[in-house]
Amino acid sequence: MTEKTSPPAGLRRTAPVWVQVLIWVGLLAVLIVLAIGLFHAQNPILSVGSKVPNFTLTLFDKYPYQTSTQVRLSDLRGKVVVVNFWASWCVTCADEAPYVESAWQEYGPTGQVVFLGVDYTDVDAKALDYLKMYNITYPNGPDLGTRITPIFNRNIAMPETYVVDQQGVLVHQQIGAFQSLAEIQSVIDPLIRGR
Amino acid sequence: MRRFSWVPILVFISLAVWVRPVAAQQPTPSDDEVNAIASQLYCPVCENTPLDVCPTQACHDWRELIRQMLAEGKTTDQIKQYFVDHYGARVLSEPPRTGFNWLVYIVPPLAFLLGVFLLYRAFRTWKLVAAESAGDPLHAVAPSHGSAPAAENEYVSRVEEELRKRN
Repeated sequence: MTEKTSPPAGLRRTAPVWVQVLIWVGLLAVLIVLAIGLFHAQNPILSVGSKVPNFTLTLFDKYPYQTSTQVRLSDLRGKVVVVNFWASWCVTCADEAPYVESAWQEYGPTGQVVFLGVDYTDVDAKALDYLKMYNITYPNGPDLGTRITPIFNRNIAMPETYVVDQQGVLVHQQIGAFQSLAEIQSVIDPLIRGR
Repeated sequence: MRRFSWVPILVFISLAVWVRPVAAQQPTPSDDEVNAIASQLYCPVCENTPLDVCPTQACHDWRELIRQMLAEGKTTDQIKQYFVDHYGARVLSEPPRTGFNWLVYIVPPLAFLLGVFLLYRAFRTWKLVAAESAGDPLHAVAPSHGSAPAAENEYVSRVEEELRKRN
């Protein structure tokens, strides 16, 4: 009665410890990746009040910032920055284009506001035709590699406009087109000193 | 008659001038040639839609861009690189083999091999249990117990042995 019993040989064997550790680490890694993905999916848009991460926009040759064909957000600290996302294939972008250009004509000369047009997934030739057609003059460039758009909104719907204050903080997000110049003014005026 | 001997020469020169630009022009790439490349790309705007079948105006523009680039003599790799530079690596139907993308290529085969290994172990265990149960009269009578836990088999064996000793 005192003899020890043991299970069949096939049941005694278990995977080596390092294999078990590897499997659990792998499963944990997959779960972490899924969790991060879900978190991003639920929070696709940069919230108002957040510091806007720096980015560099390469501009079309005919639409430079001052004389430069590249502009960094960090270089514009101290100015209000209006980042307008558009595309030549976007119908509502064309509806708001005159209002945005009018606002640029109004605020550009003050030196306190910079408008940046970010052309989202477009064909360069079509984009340039669009800019010419709507007489747009503010700095504009393609979102090369689609690196800038996800900073603001991973599920972007054209057009969208984001207003960044002098400290680099997002103060307004416009999902969809501006319907009038007054609407743009109502966002920018409170941010400008002396207006 | 001699007065018109220059006419064939003139005609020949005119033909040469007329034909030269035509010969220098690349033939317009066919839809099949364009789609062969477009099928390796995804629409940068609409998610999960291959560029060759995407019905939007933007995709039509991109297919025309591919046609234009082919006509300019660009290779498939150059065209794909242009799309990656402009719209990001997400437009590629096959992610580039760099950085975290390697997981896409490594994890599925590893998961498959792990599955095969686990199945092999499971089958082997079941086979051993079945083999042990085969010589067991209790299990022979009640085959539904064939997959009983090993510990149970041990206890049954021990009970039988004790009964034998008592007899």
